[in-house]
Formats: sequence, structure tokens, C-alpha cells
Amino acid sequence: MTKAPLLEIRNLTVAFDTPSGTVHAVNDVSYSIEEGETLGIVGESGSGKSVHALSMVGLIATPPGRIVRGEVIFNGRNLLALSQRELFDLRGREIGFVFQDPMTSLNPVLTIERQIAEPLRRHFGMSASQARIRVIELLELVGIPDAEQRARQYPHEFSGGMRQRVMIAIGISCNPKLLIADEATTALDVTVQAQILDLVRELKRKIGTTVIWITHDMGVVAGLADTVQVMYGGRIMESGPVRSVFYDPRGAYTWGLLKSLPHGERRGTNRLYQIPGNPPDLTQEPVGDPFAPRNPFATDRCRVETPPLVNAPDSVPGHKVAAWYDLRAEIQRMEGRP
Amino acid sequence: MSDTLSTTAPQAGSPLVSVRGLSKHYGGERRLLGGSAPLLKAVNDVSFEIAPGETLGLVGESGSGKSTTGRILLQLETPTAGNIAFRGQDITGLSKHALKPYRRDMQIIFQDPYASLSPRMQVGEFVGEPFDVHGLSGSRSERQDRVASLFRKVGLDPSFMKRYPHEFSGGQRQRVNIARAIALNPAFIVADEPITALDVSIQAQIVNLFQDLQDELGLTYLFIAHDLSMIRYLCHRVAVMLRGRIVEIGPCEAIFDNPQHAYTRALLSAIPVPDPDIERSRRPLSFDVNANLPSEEAVLRPVGDRHFVLEG
Amino acid sequence: MKSFLLALLKSRSGLFGFVLVLVFILAALLAPYLGLPVPTRSSLVARMTAPTWTGLFSPGAHPLGTDELGRDILSRIIYGSRLTLTIAATAVVLGGIVGTLLGIVAGYYRGMVDRVLMRIVDIQLALPLMLLALLVIAALGPSTSNLIVVLALTSWLRYARIIRGQVLALREREFILSAHAIGASTWRIMIKHLLPNVMTPALVIATLELARIIIMDAALSFLGLGVQPPNPSWGRMLADGRVYISTAWWIVTFPGIAILITVLSVNLLGDWMRDYFDPKLRTSR
Repeated sequence: MTKAPLLEIRNLTVAFDTPSGTVHAVNDVSYSIEEGETLGIVGESGSGKSVHALSMVGLIATPPGRIVRGEVIFNGRNLLALSQRELFDLRGREIGFVFQDPMTSLNPVLTIERQIAEPLRRHFGMSASQARIRVIELLELVGIPDAEQRARQYPHEFSGGMRQRVMIAIGISCNPKLLIADEATTALDVTVQAQILDLVRELKRKIGTTVIWITHDMGVVAGLADTVQVMYGGRIMESGPVRSVFYDPRGAYTWGLLKSLPHGERRGTNRLYQIPGNPPDLTQEPVGDPFAPRNPFATDRCRVETPPLVNAPDSVPGHKVAAWYDLRAEIQRMEGRP
Repeated sequence: MSDTLSTTAPQAGSPLVSVRGLSKHYGGERRLLGGSAPLLKAVNDVSFEIAPGETLGLVGESGSGKSTTGRILLQLETPTAGNIAFRGQDITGLSKHALKPYRRDMQIIFQDPYASLSPRMQVGEFVGEPFDVHGLSGSRSERQDRVASLFRKVGLDPSFMKRYPHEFSGGQRQRVNIARAIALNPAFIVADEPITALDVSIQAQIVNLFQDLQDELGLTYLFIAHDLSMIRYLCHRVAVMLRGRIVEIGPCEAIFDNPQHAYTRALLSAIPVPDPDIERSRRPLSFDVNANLPSEEAVLRPVGDRHFVLEG
Repeated sequence: MKSFLLALLKSRSGLFGFVLVLVFILAALLAPYLGLPVPTRSSLVARMTAPTWTGLFSPGAHPLGTDELGRDILSRIIYGSRLTLTIAATAVVLGGIVGTLLGIVAGYYRGMVDRVLMRIVDIQLALPLMLLALLVIAALGPSTSNLIVVLALTSWLRYARIIRGQVLALREREFILSAHAIGASTWRIMIKHLLPNVMTPALVIATLELARIIIMDAALSFLGLGVQPPNPSWGRMLADGRVYISTAWWIVTFPGIAILITVLSVNLLGDWMRDYFDPKLRTSR
């Protein structure tokens, strides 16, 4: 008998009503995540990768945001049916967050200790001294030296990387079942990013939290995730075990993204493969495969009918793709031609 | 040093842009009450040359002074010390008026395609503005035609000329910026992180455009970035900056295959690679910047053909 | 102009404001042709006649009543609007232009220019506006043009301060650097790049200022420093009518309503214009 997944999202659809029309930000997104898994969600701006995560815990402003339909079953409860009060108790306690910008996510006038202790005191009713012990434990866990002393300092006394460590400490402070990191290393320098990614891998080993890591960087996902999910135009285009998706992509978008990145070539070699066109206009009613206008392999069917996310033929279990075309056959045909 | 540079006439093989001992310090001035503002050496004794048709990559983390260097090169900021020569002419500290002829030859493209377009100006106006500034507009229809041909050159539909910036995606805006930058047929372009803010699926388009324009117009680039994989793909030579100083500079192959400075090595080891097997076996080298700040006396010493490393 | 009107037709509040403003302006312009009684002609027999709606088109009708000297209030409001609106509009435009330009200059140059201008603003803000106005008018003598100057003088600093702040932020934006990079002159940067981007706040301030200036004009007239009798102005009418508020409420009420409607319609129109001039919002309509 298989265990129920920790989080299951069914047909989540989110729209924003703006002066320029309705923005169809998330369209019919369904997936689930098992306990202990690390799910990497890749996508560019407007892919719905962040919005869908924020909307499931009530963190988008409504209006203009609007959850059109869908269910988010977390630990047996439908989050979309919870009251504000219940969501308030859930966030930080059962689902932790780490956001992109460590500069604006911390309150500049409160000490680091106060900020890490806040969820502890609220959710667990800890006393100041109890919380303090846990704060120092957490700071040591996220690799901040001189924790006792650093806890009394203010955010401006921390570097960007150190602040992001503090953010992670806040994210995991209540031992959440699920940690959602939204572009958590995007604002950091590459050397610092590497350290933070190391830290996350280490934390996974130590405390085994389930993680959803949202990023635009294929490289980050490659090193961190067990499963990867590629989003575009508010939809999941492809998902599956990370090796299978990276080494044997079946969606034209995933394939194009991987192909357009330089793989250590030097200049003067070929031009980079480029995905033609521009990101989709989300104010258009979504019809068909959102990537079809930029997909050289798109068929007529792609333009009118939305492909379902189904198991990719002849691939590992769990590798799913939403495509009407057969990418392998198309690539073969393209490469067969001079 | 400036004397020798400004008096020698440009000759074959001489650099297009040459920078000597460039420094930019912020703060340090005395305050009204108590002490002086902390001194920040954003750029500290930086020297390099760029040959015509060459692309020099400038990499470093945020706050390394790479953008400031690019801006000083175009005299958008004044250096605290040092000088900049363009085609052998010293242009440091020239007046706005005296600089104007050079503005036709040197242009800049910025990182943020949202902040770099005038929000209330039609993009066609924006692209054609350099013609107006330099009195090259000609008749209305001539100007229109030239703007249209610039649009086509950067892969934009000329029918978009009457639109406003917010109607464009990030990649299209960056094309508008590039069209404006090449309007006056410049010889040299500073590209300040031009692809960092773009979506991954758009970055390759813009990188290819940069290369096509270089091939077509013989442009020289200073390409500022923190993404080393793109630098490797685009640049002939690379300079690595750390806290205002160049710690290593050399041909692309030398930097990537034979990095000498600990910081360069750490930087190279930290680039995420979109390959699960490589990425999982990778061990990034750590480098504590604060513990390894280059000393004031350190100098660049040659370690190979045109390859220099900061030592001391 | 066509697109302007088309866009206007789509906005209910904008259209409402526009029509009201238009009605006021037309009424002011066409006042002599409306067959109104002479606004300055008093009639002791008709003193403080209450508004009557019977026989509206007969020569002796006073739809809004008469004041303490028997002058027709409707006529005085319409004739008064000529002066009041001219004074207020001119003062708003004058103060707006001066304030916006000085704000741009201060924000662009920063340093000494900025410090001097902002200290002047601070000093002027520390003085009570009314006192300042009194001083200037006392020195220059009451006349329509002096009144305009004084009102503009109380107005420019509101623009200057806010616009300066906007420009301080704008000048760091990359499109300004880009203008420097192509060798654009300071004048071009100010007019082509900075000015269009501060028009929105300037317009917002202008609509608020118009309202404030109409009321200030009323206050000055009330103190006898504004429009001189027997010329009608709304402020003067309020001032003169206040004594009779318990016996002849209409004398003070109708000019008050006129001020209220003008301010309201200008604000509605201003709100709409602010959106109209924002290209981001324009295309979405």
C-alpha cells in the first residue's frame, strides 16, 4: 500500500484581474510530492512557478488574484478551504518559506534572534529563553559561526549570503513538513549560491525536510532536486526524475532550454541554439500548447488542443510530458537532414 | 603615463580602449560632525586594454566594481584617479561638450531592460534620439527609415516603433536598447550584464545578436557579467574583479583551463552546470573574500602569454 | 485629440468631470449672452429674495435668489466664475510650471542648487501662507494680477518638493544614464526624459492645488484682499453672505455649492487625465 503524498495539487488554476485584462497565471496545474522528496520547479518569469506556490497557502492578494478552481491537499487537508486564521497557523509551522530577496525579507530594526524566535513563540508558545536556545541551535545548523553573539545583531550586520542563511533558519525553525524556496539563491553571487546549495543538501540529510525549490536556473535544479518539473505559460510542460528529464527530455521547451545554454563551448564555435519568439502573453485565453508558437516541432493540434501531462513513452516511470508531437522522432528527422 | 598615451597617434595594433590606474573612491570626505565617512574603494587601480574587434569579459560578484568600471569608461562617472584613452586620445575628465564627439563611438547597454527605457517615450523615438542629439536626423522620413532599419537589424518589427516600453517583453526591450546603442555606428560598446535580467529562453537570442552585430559592424565589447559560461562563450579575454581590483586577466582559454588566482578557481567551481551527474559530483571550492582581500601593494604579474595574476 | 475624446467617452467619472468643467467654462465665456440680470445692479426692493422657481424666464426671476443688495445670485455666480476660474487656473498653471521646473532643477543638479531651493521651501513652509499672502498684497496692493502672483507663490513649493523627490529617484534610472551616454544636453534630459515622467505627480498636485487655490482666493476675498467689490467673485460672495446665513441661507450656500462642484469636477477630470497620460494604462483601455 502506498502512502498518501504529502502534498497533492489538483487542477489548480489562478487568474489575476488587471486593468489590461485577465492574466491567466496558472492553468490546470496538478502534481504531487512525496514526503522527503526534493522537487525542483524550473520556469521563467510568468511561467506560474512562484504564483502557484504562493496561491496555495493564501499568499497572493485577492483581488486582483483569484483562485479559479482546484484543490491543494496538504497532509490530508484542503488548503484552499482553510480560513485566514488557519492558514496563518499553517504558514511557518507546517510549511516554511524562503524568498528571493534576503535584503527585504528581514526587518531591519529587529535583531536576528527576535526574527527567528517569532515563529517559535507564536506557533509553539515558547518563552524567550526557550526560544533563544532553539535560535542558537538553528543558527549553528545553518552554518553561522559565533551564533550566540550573531543572534543579537541586526540584519545590516550580515552579508547577503549570511542573511539568506538566516532566512533558511526561519524557514525551518518550526520543523515544517514542507519547505518552499522561491528563487532563494537568485540574488546571491555564484560563490555564495554554491555555499547555500551545499547547506540545503546538508540540511536535507540531517532533518529530511520535503523541499520545493523554485528557480529559473537549470543548473541549480540539476544539483539539488530528485524530481524536476518544468513550467511554461502557467502549465507543467514536463516532469520526472531529474536525470531522465535532463538527459532525455521529451518536451520541446525543456529540450530547447537545455540546448540554448552554452556547454563550455568557446567563442567562434557555432551560434547558440536559440528558442525563437517571446514569452506568451498571459492575457490571452489559454488555448492549446502554450509553447506551440515558439516550438519548431509544433503540429496543428498543438495550437488548438491542450496536451495532457502523460507518461512519456519508453521512459522511466514518473517521467511525464505534455506534448502532441514526438520530440525524439522530430530531433532525429532534424539531425538526419544536413 | 597619460602623456605618453595621449601624444601617441593611433596605429595598427594599438588598443581601441586603454585604461591606466583607474580608481573610484566613494566617501572619505569629512563630515560636519565627527570624523569622516567610511572610504569605499569601488574601483582600485585598474588597468587594461581592449583591442579593436575584441570582446573583453569582466566578471566579479556584486560590489566588485565591474559596473562602476564600465560607467567610468564612458565618463558617466568621474574617476578618482587614473585615465582612459580612446583610440590613443585621453578622454578623462573632458567636458560634456568635448566628450560629445566620442559619444558617437562609445555606447552602453544596461542590465535592467525595464529601467533602461524611457517609460513615456515611444521606442521609435528612443532609438532615434541619438540622431537628434548629434544633428543627424535629416528629414522626418529619412529618420523614420533609419530607425526602421535599426529595428530590423536587431530583429524587431519596425511597426512597433510607435509603441511604449511596457508593451514589450524583456528580450524585446533589450533589443530596443541595442538598437539605440548601435544607432550612431559606435566602435565600442560596454554591455553591463545585458542578459542577466532576461529569461533563460531569451538569453541565447541576445547573445547571438551581440555576436552577429560584432561580426557585421566590427564592434569591440566590454562584456560585464557574472555568468561565466556566457563569458566563456562570448569573450576573447577575461578579467576577474574582486573588491575593486583585477585579480586575474588573460585569454579566455587560460582563465578557464588554467586559472591561477584562488578566487578565479572558486568562481569557476561554483557555476551551476545543467547536468545532474556533473553537478552532483562537483565540490565547489570555498573562498572567503574577507580573509583574502588583495593587499594594496599587490601587482599583476605575468604567468603566461598575456595572462596576469595579482600577487603580493 | 480624437483619441483623447474617445478615451474620455469610455470613462464615466472622467466624462462627468469633463462635462462639468466644460459647462463652467462655457457659462463663464457666454455669460453676457445668457440674458442674465447685470450682476452688479442692486435693487433694494428685491433684497434677499428667496430662490423661486416659478416664472423662470420672466425678466424679474431670481432662480437662486438675491443677496443683501438685491443682486441676482445666479448671475453673480456665473459672472463670478469668470474671475474666480481665471485667477485659480492661472495661478495653478503659473505655480505648477515654476514649481515643476525648480523641482526638476533641484533634483537634477543636487548639491548647492538643491540645498538653496529646498531651504527656501522650508522657510516658506514655516511661514503661515495666509500671513505671507497678506504681506505681499499689502505691499503690492490688491489687484487681480497681484492676487494671481500671490496664489502662485503659495503653490509652487508643493510641486517643487514632490517633483524634486521624484527626480532624485529618476536620475539614477538607467535611461537617464543612457541619455548621458549618447551625449544628450542637460536641457534635453530635463525636458524629454525627466519632465514626461513627473507629469503624473504634477497633475495630481495641480488638481489638489486648484481646489486649494479657489478656497484660498475665497479666503483672501473674504479679508478684502482679493477681488474688489462690486465685481463678483465666489470668495467675496461667501464672505459677504456669511452674515446672513441664518436669515438668507441661499446667499452663502449657492456660491459654496459652485466651489464644491468645480473642485469635484476638476478632481475627477484630473484623476482621469493622470491615467490617460500614463502610457501603461492608456493601451489597456
